[in-house]
Amino acid sequence: MTAAEGGAAPAIMGDPGAAGRFGEFGGRFVPESLVPACMELEAAFRAAWADPAFRDELSSTLASYGGRPTPVTECPRLSAELGVRVLLKREDLAHTGSHKINNVVGQALLARRMGKTRLVAETGAGQHGVATATAAARYGMACVVYMGEVDTARQALNVFRMELLGAEVRPVTSGSRTLKDAVNEALRDWVATVEDTHYCLGSVMGPHPYPWIVRELQRVVGDEAREQCRVLLGGADPDVVVACVGGGSNAAGTFAGFADATTSALVGVEAAGGAAMANGIPGVLHGMRSNLMQDEAGQILEAESISAGLDYPGIGPEHAHLAAVGRARYETATDAEVLDAFQLLSRTEGIIPALESAHALAWVVRAARAGDDMVRPGATVLITLSGRGDKDVAQVRELLA
Amino acid sequence: MTIAAAPDLATTLADHRAHGRKLLVPYVTGGMDDQWLVTVEALAGAGADAIEIGLPFSDPMIDGPTVQAASLAALERGTTPAGVLADLGRISPGVPLVVMTYYNLVIRTGHRRMASSLAASGVTGAIVPDLPLEEVGPWADAADAAGVATVLLVAPSTPDERMAAIVERCRGFVYTVGRMGVTGEQRQLAGTALDVAARVKAATSLPVCVGIGISDADQARQVCEVADGVIVGSALVRRLLEGGGVEAAVDFIGGIRRAIDAG
Repeated sequence: MTAAEGGAAPAIMGDPGAAGRFGEFGGRFVPESLVPACMELEAAFRAAWADPAFRDELSSTLASYGGRPTPVTECPRLSAELGVRVLLKREDLAHTGSHKINNVVGQALLARRMGKTRLVAETGAGQHGVATATAAARYGMACVVYMGEVDTARQALNVFRMELLGAEVRPVTSGSRTLKDAVNEALRDWVATVEDTHYCLGSVMGPHPYPWIVRELQRVVGDEAREQCRVLLGGADPDVVVACVGGGSNAAGTFAGFADATTSALVGVEAAGGAAMANGIPGVLHGMRSNLMQDEAGQILEAESISAGLDYPGIGPEHAHLAAVGRARYETATDAEVLDAFQLLSRTEGIIPALESAHALAWVVRAARAGDDMVRPGATVLITLSGRGDKDVAQVRELLA
Repeated sequence: MTIAAAPDLATTLADHRAHGRKLLVPYVTGGMDDQWLVTVEALAGAGADAIEIGLPFSDPMIDGPTVQAASLAALERGTTPAGVLADLGRISPGVPLVVMTYYNLVIRTGHRRMASSLAASGVTGAIVPDLPLEEVGPWADAADAAGVATVLLVAPSTPDERMAAIVERCRGFVYTVGRMGVTGEQRQLAGTALDVAARVKAATSLPVCVGIGISDADQARQVCEVADGVIVGSALVRRLLEGGGVEAAVDFIGGIRRAIDAG
């Protein structure tokens, strides 16, 4: 894989164009009622993203309010245990405790620029819901967060956080009552409220332009990480770059910094119980064509894992494309491996990771111990630690009891 | 026993309209209860000009709580797209059949296979709401080849220029979305319903039927002052979910028939 230099080769993670295509994936599969809104959003984002004033306001807000740049941390004790050099991109140190803030600040600024006064969002673990509620509070916007009823129980503290931040949390009782159903409800809300409402989608999924917008808003993770790695590694890039994948926003943002600019291997890690790349087949859900877990008739299956944030039966369309063209590889981690990794990082480095992020770590641990070609002894591995684990501590305590 | 295939959607609706008849298209979720097929046959006798059959999907994004509940009930009964189509192939409703489903079920079955299955079951129209104009090509081509009309949606938010391109590709009738929102009942007709119906009427010679939010006979009558017809879904499905059975369905749809005939 060569870097796209000289402008001849099209970028691997480039502009998906008016049709929103990443190879054969992506697109805009929404009812006609929403098509004009998606087009308006695309035009608004293109204009904003090309506007230095918008970019400056976003950057300065992410610095002064969001806590950027987040550091890259060397992990000497974990590295010694695994025999590889582990670096962590510390999104757990960003405001609200995860990378989600990058996306919501960008989308809230965009919504304000479009004259929208209300945000709706879906959330699984609650991280994106908390982040959206945070941005809504910061910019004085109304906010409704749809959250599967099952998840409101698993993540009760995050429900309270959102309410503290002034948002209304609506438990979703349809379907499997988890993330995919929360997306359906948010889309249903948006169809009826599109005049004054922006749908602040939380991952690199949904109809065009969302997968592209969210990747661009998250690419700050990868762009920062690459520069930080070059400093730490004497101008070199990491051998392997690893991130967890539910919808796949932290992975897309991370990979965007490396896919075209480096030859680093890229690895996305899904929950074994929600592995759209390993077990899914191409289909259309939530406005996009991508890999989906589905039955023989085409009914969407429920994803089930230890982490609510990864319980999504699909994956962002650009990830399906990166796998199809061989630029990234997608692996899975089991709940048991994730629990081990969660404890290992806590014990060796004093960092409690989100269960989502622990999936990325869990694959690295397994690959290093198994002597995977990609993670040979002495290899340098960058892992995006997408969020902090405070929200998961009670759940893990119960699981380990 | 010979089973007469259901008549063709496009020609039947055009013919009824030419005779000055307003078009009434009730919707039933396929497989929602053990009486659904009997209900479909009875609706034909109650004044329906065509019947829309939902092929239930796990994630019905444009549907409100009522049709969601019917879809869930159907799936819990083990309903599959192939099963619904096989059932439809066993009846002679005497009116055209049009299915409504979501694109993933089409993809999973295969475009050509789905189109030919529909045709073999006597279905001559298909509404796939998550296939807007830009994405509809592969399905519409397969449907055309099988003699199945691709019914497209126009919404209150659709700009005029886009509307012209949509009705150009649309077959059978134009599914005119009466309000910005998901399927479901409302006390009063949305103001958008008459506006969008008038805009679509001015843009096409195809029959213009308004759906989403048409809840009773009076609203249907109001809409038919501008549009060629109405699609009635949630208000009918609710009566079926509440256990009203065939009798309640026939009563309700018959009432709407009388109202739109009286004008």
